[in-house]
Amino acid sequence: MEKTINLTLKIWRQNGPKEKGRFETYKVNNISTDSSFLEMMDILNEQLINENKEPVAFDHDCREGICGMCSLYINGRPHGPDDDVTTCQLHMRKFKDGETVTIEPWRAAAFPVIKDLIVDRNAFDKIIAAGGYVSVSTGGVPDANAIPISKIDADESMDSASCIGCGACVAACKNSSAMLFVSAKVSQLALLPQGRVEAKRRAKAMVAKMDELGFGGCTNTGACEVECPKNISITNIARLNREYLKARFAE
Amino acid sequence: MSVLNARIPEGPLAQKWTNYKDHQKLVNPANKRKLDVIIVGTGLAGASAAASLGEMGFNVKNFTIQDSPRRAHSIAAQGGINAAKNYPNDGDSVFRLFYDTIKGGDYRAREANVYRLAEVSNSIIDQCVAQGVPFAREYGGLLDNRSFGGAQVSRTFYAKGQTGQQLLLGAYQALMRQVNAGTVKMYTRTELVDIVIVDGKARGIIARDLVTGELQRHFGHAVVLATGGYGNAFFLSTNAMGSNGSAAVKAFHKGAFFANPCMAQIHPTCIPVHGEFQSKLTLMSESLRNDGRIWVPAKKEDAEAIRAGKLKPTQIAEEDRDYYLERRYPAFGNLVPRDVASRAAKERCDAGYGVGTGLAVYLDFKSSIERLGKNVIEARYGNLFQMYEKIVDENPYETPMMIYPAIHYTMGGIWVDYELQTTIPGLFAAGEANFSDHGANRLGASALMQGLADGYFVLPYTIQNYLADDIRTPRMSTEEKEFVEAEKAVKSRFEKLMSIKGNRSVDSLHKELGLVMWDFVGMGRNKKGLQHAIERIAEIKKEFWSNVRIPGDIKGMNIELEKANRLADFIEIGDLMARDALNREESCGGHFREEYQTGEGEALRQDDKFAFVSCWQYKGDDAEPVLHKENLVYESVKMVQRNYK
Ligand SMILES: Cc1cc2nc3c(=O)[nH]c(=O)nc-3n(C[C@H](O)[C@H](O)[C@H](O)COP(=O)(O)OP(=O)(O)OC[C@H]3O[C@@H](n4cnc5c(N)ncnc54)[C@H](O)[C@@H]3O)c2cc1C
Ligand code: SF4
Ligand code: FES
Repeated sequence: MEKTINLTLKIWRQNGPKEKGRFETYKVNNISTDSSFLEMMDILNEQLINENKEPVAFDHDCREGICGMCSLYINGRPHGPDDDVTTCQLHMRKFKDGETVTIEPWRAAAFPVIKDLIVDRNAFDKIIAAGGYVSVSTGGVPDANAIPISKIDADESMDSASCIGCGACVAACKNSSAMLFVSAKVSQLALLPQGRVEAKRRAKAMVAKMDELGFGGCTNTGACEVECPKNISITNIARLNREYLKARFAE
Repeated sequence: MSVLNARIPEGPLAQKWTNYKDHQKLVNPANKRKLDVIIVGTGLAGASAAASLGEMGFNVKNFTIQDSPRRAHSIAAQGGINAAKNYPNDGDSVFRLFYDTIKGGDYRAREANVYRLAEVSNSIIDQCVAQGVPFAREYGGLLDNRSFGGAQVSRTFYAKGQTGQQLLLGAYQALMRQVNAGTVKMYTRTELVDIVIVDGKARGIIARDLVTGELQRHFGHAVVLATGGYGNAFFLSTNAMGSNGSAAVKAFHKGAFFANPCMAQIHPTCIPVHGEFQSKLTLMSESLRNDGRIWVPAKKEDAEAIRAGKLKPTQIAEEDRDYYLERRYPAFGNLVPRDVASRAAKERCDAGYGVGTGLAVYLDFKSSIERLGKNVIEARYGNLFQMYEKIVDENPYETPMMIYPAIHYTMGGIWVDYELQTTIPGLFAAGEANFSDHGANRLGASALMQGLADGYFVLPYTIQNYLADDIRTPRMSTEEKEFVEAEKAVKSRFEKLMSIKGNRSVDSLHKELGLVMWDFVGMGRNKKGLQHAIERIAEIKKEFWSNVRIPGDIKGMNIELEKANRLADFIEIGDLMARDALNREESCGGHFREEYQTGEGEALRQDDKFAFVSCWQYKGDDAEPVLHKENLVYESVKMVQRNYK
């Protein structure tokens, strides 16, 4: 049932990549517990605009948990205090009346802050560009049913392919490692005959790019898996390690 | 004589595309490198076009407003993609897919384009599988299909409830491969703000860097707009928050015709509106209608009790439920096309049988859970059920979902000919941004098909036919006066927006526009309402340009300024939609004029007067746009009253 709550918000404000950031405190009242977290942020911004102040910049687009654009670190957790959801799917019923909510951007050297809560995640695109694909061009490919694929492999590949590239895994990791993200793509493609051919090369190229871009190494803390909104499993990391070792041995 | 030439190739319908490809002009590999192609948008249409043209050796510049090409709105498509593979051997064929699409579009689409779409559909599936798209499979290892509204065969391929995501990631990865190869240069968080015309041809764009606020000039031998649909004119829609119609408006201002602006699709299965703070509407995929049954209480007093919270849907006995789609349309039942399903829901709610806030109906899985088991339903729709529960806080395995129609897709868009070229030479439009294939109503799972068809299999041919005449045109300096002037005009528009310093937030004005659109240019339209809408939109326009408040600076990132710039264009689109709807005195597909309906409340076309595409030409800010007509000629199908009974 709908009820309303009042909250104190402590929000990270930072005018640009080179500026120094700071926390600002705001109050919002009569927030419906049926509204989403980002709708609460909209209400705050409307309030700020009416006071002739600059609204808080945050990334978002689909608002249904699929584009991977939203990216808030809420009360010490990427995507906030609910399981298996993105920030845009988080609802205010998860908060208590009178609570203080701390909102920060993803913090990782490879994701510099652009403004307020917005970070630059271009590094993920660079990792994909390094090898996260099957090298086929448009046209001249065989019939879709020419190679049967077991349902189990197809389903497992789909699970790995569910990664939305949000970067919560990096934000959750004390080493800022991108291993969960990289391993999800490597696994998805390695599980399918179409992607199998280049599996070793792909693993090597993507890991090398990840290291180059300043993401940390993986020490198996598992924090990424806990915070991943799409339940990407760390068994993907084990598969990536296997592919990577194979690639090294092949050298 | 019409000023419009659709340039449809000669020959019988099934031969046209082959004929075209046999006779089109080509560009040799050495010359491709010298030709620059600007592609705006990285959704299915833009990413597939950029990847394909890059692979062919053209020099591509690709733009997106998101921080990564992978986040284009296409990522959100859930249900699936059609193709005429006929793998289930249930009688499908290229002709049947073509026919269903034309009929589903209520005979307001161009025959030759739709046939080509059906023809290339099978190659799309082959291409995506080769890229590693993990489509759903059967135990035998072959691809699985499901059925979708408006069809009696199973021709929809899917990847769980995340088909758009997987198709877009396939295209995105192909695109990033080209970025790595150096054939495509990617511009993220960069927005097209104008199109540059030189000697009557599109030769570049002005773009705005959304991080620094700086304006950039880019030259291209050709420009492709793959910028998506304009459904967000309604404020609340299923589109992503950033989806916008600005590129289409820029093209319109520069002389491209805007076709069928009033043709917008209202999707029947969305989570109902629940409060004033609502920022967007969430779609529950149409695929749910495969196994879900739609109903409202048969007795008004039950509906009233449910609305008052005194009765639960699970307490309503089977015989007291009105499965109104099964009742009215026994042949298609819950799988009637979207426009029909949406209007039927509105009809029941307007008559007082709605549940929830009164503007909602039930989508019930009880009988399929009993028939197939909960695990089968979970495997098919698990992520959608989870999404519903996170939003509504109710468990759809136990109690029926509540749904209501919402704006979802725009069939209208920039007018293009058979080659996907607009009325401006060198300016092309692809995907949802053009008007081409869906007539007055789009069938489910056909937008993904169209976006990828345009990008992978149509543009790579047709754009060459244009560029072949341009191999001697050297790259132009962006210091040329046309670029300088275009940039100046953009700069003064942004300065003007910043200088208003009024009292209303962008969102408050956008919501006001949205309500006018929904009430008068929405599911039921009539002459008086549309005239009223045009007046109201003019008032909103005035209010916007005199009273909008944009805090912050013109330099650096300024999200309110971005939104204001797009809202100014939505206001224009709203006006155009209302005018077009007023002009079209008939009902067809998603365009329902209350004055034109059958005795049973079905849409009544006026083929003798309106079998044409409405193409609007811009005549200046204070002048009314002028209507041109592209007459629709059907050689292979006969126009009949759609019947899903
Ligand atoms: C929730 C939902 C579910 C859907 N499910 C299905 C389905 O199951 N099957 C189906 O067939 N269809 C479905 N659709 C429809 C389909 O997803 C879209 O029609 C299709 O994806 C549009 O693709 P597009 O490439 O034309 O445009 P989009 O994906 O909208 O991409 C537009 C691109 O243009 C860019 N852009 C826009 N303006 C500018 C500018 N001014 N400057 C620079 N870049 C710009 C954006 O950044 C983006 O990259 C669904 C739609 C929604 C909303
Ligand atoms: S692995 Fe999970 S947390 Fe990491 S980017 Fe992908 S979806 Fe986000
Ligand atoms: S806004 Fe798209 S995942 Fe949150």
